Amino acid sequence: MNYWRVPLDAEVIPLTRGQVHVVEDRCKGCGYCIAYCPKKVLAPSEHYNKKGYHPPLVAKPADCVNCHYCESICPEFAIFSVEIPCSPDADRKDAA
Amino acid sequence: MAQTAKKQDQTTGGFEHHPLDDLLRTDRIPHIWCPGCGIGPTFSATLRGILASGVDLGSTVMVSGIGCSGRAAGYVKLDSYHTTHGRAIPFATGMKLANPKLNVVVFSGDGDLFAIGGNHFIHAARRNMDLTVICVNNLNYGMTGGQAAATTPHMAKTTTTPKGNPERPFNLPLLAFAAGATFVARWTVLHGRDLMESVQAAMTRRGFSFIEVLAPCPINYGRRNKELPLVTLRNYQVNTIIKNEASPAELAASGSGPIVLGRFVDENRESFLSQYDKTYRPQLAPAGKE
Ligand code: SF4
Ligand code: SF4
Ligand code: SF4
Repeated sequence: MNYWRVPLDAEVIPLTRGQVHVVEDRCKGCGYCIAYCPKKVLAPSEHYNKKGYHPPLVAKPADCVNCHYCESICPEFAIFSVEIPCSPDADRKDAA
Repeated sequence: MAQTAKKQDQTTGGFEHHPLDDLLRTDRIPHIWCPGCGIGPTFSATLRGILASGVDLGSTVMVSGIGCSGRAAGYVKLDSYHTTHGRAIPFATGMKLANPKLNVVVFSGDGDLFAIGGNHFIHAARRNMDLTVICVNNLNYGMTGGQAAATTPHMAKTTTTPKGNPERPFNLPLLAFAAGATFVARWTVLHGRDLMESVQAAMTRRGFSFIEVLAPCPINYGRRNKELPLVTLRNYQVNTIIKNEASPAELAASGSGPIVLGRFVDENRESFLSQYDKTYRPQLAPAGKE
């Protein structure tokens, strides 16, 4: 993980992890979640949902920190994240 | 991992359970709001705030007026009422007085609450009526095609002001405060968590609470003012400043300088119902609850 200032407790506090889910057929392709995900987990996609919009692609699922921002900004109730348990070890591996 | 998510999708018939689904009439989703419309995030923060406040959902009702935002009442899985134009507040007032146990939320737009319904708004605020009023302010009349409203910024283009709006818009928090609202806040759709917390606070207090939410209307307002939805959001990000307890007089949403957001007013003044009980139903007064 890249920090502009490494928190003093970065070693001991485990990062939260999330799994992001897209309810594709609700999406209207506004792109807000893609633009505002702080970890750039989401990306524009080529494929269409049944209404003809492009739902976001979960391009970097492992980077999701379960911040729920995509869930908060989505006008369509089409995206949400759920916490996945993580061990502090996994974080260190990531940082390395 | 994207693959696994996909597989899970298929095992649930392509449908996954969104955390707010229990509060939505999911058979009506996708809703009618245009792609990128700010009503959706406002509505979702409102629902999260209602859930977080822990109020009894069985005695919580939502009332909307007319307009794009007015459709919200049709999407929430609570007792909800879609009233006539401008009359959400008097309808909600009547309901609260008839059954003081209810938690009444009014969710509507700027045109409905402040133009045709403006008179009702100021009087409910003056009385400190026990209501939570959430106003989606998208700066125009979206549903009818983008006409100028009482909130349209000076010189903004709309269908009825093609050369720019010659009028000056309302400063909604100042109006609410001056009329007597005891809780006043303003956020944008980008401030989902702050908005949720304001809704939560409003739900658990007595008296008249007003929350203005700046929300993009990309189709009718944005398009005529050459503002793409992501540009509007960017504006909310870079051209705003959070100043809790700022004086309502300095909150004009248009003009020069950043737009001020925050929780401006949170004062304790006896609400209409407790004053009424004290005066006319003294046998109920010591209860102090509704
Ligand atoms: S929860 Fe946060 S990090 Fe995860 S996809 Fe959504 S916005 Fe990105
Ligand atoms: S914010 Fe919602 S509607 Fe917009 S692109 Fe993302 S998932 Fe689709
Ligand atoms: S017209 Fe404007 S306010 Fe109405 S749904 Fe469309 S974008 Fe939203």
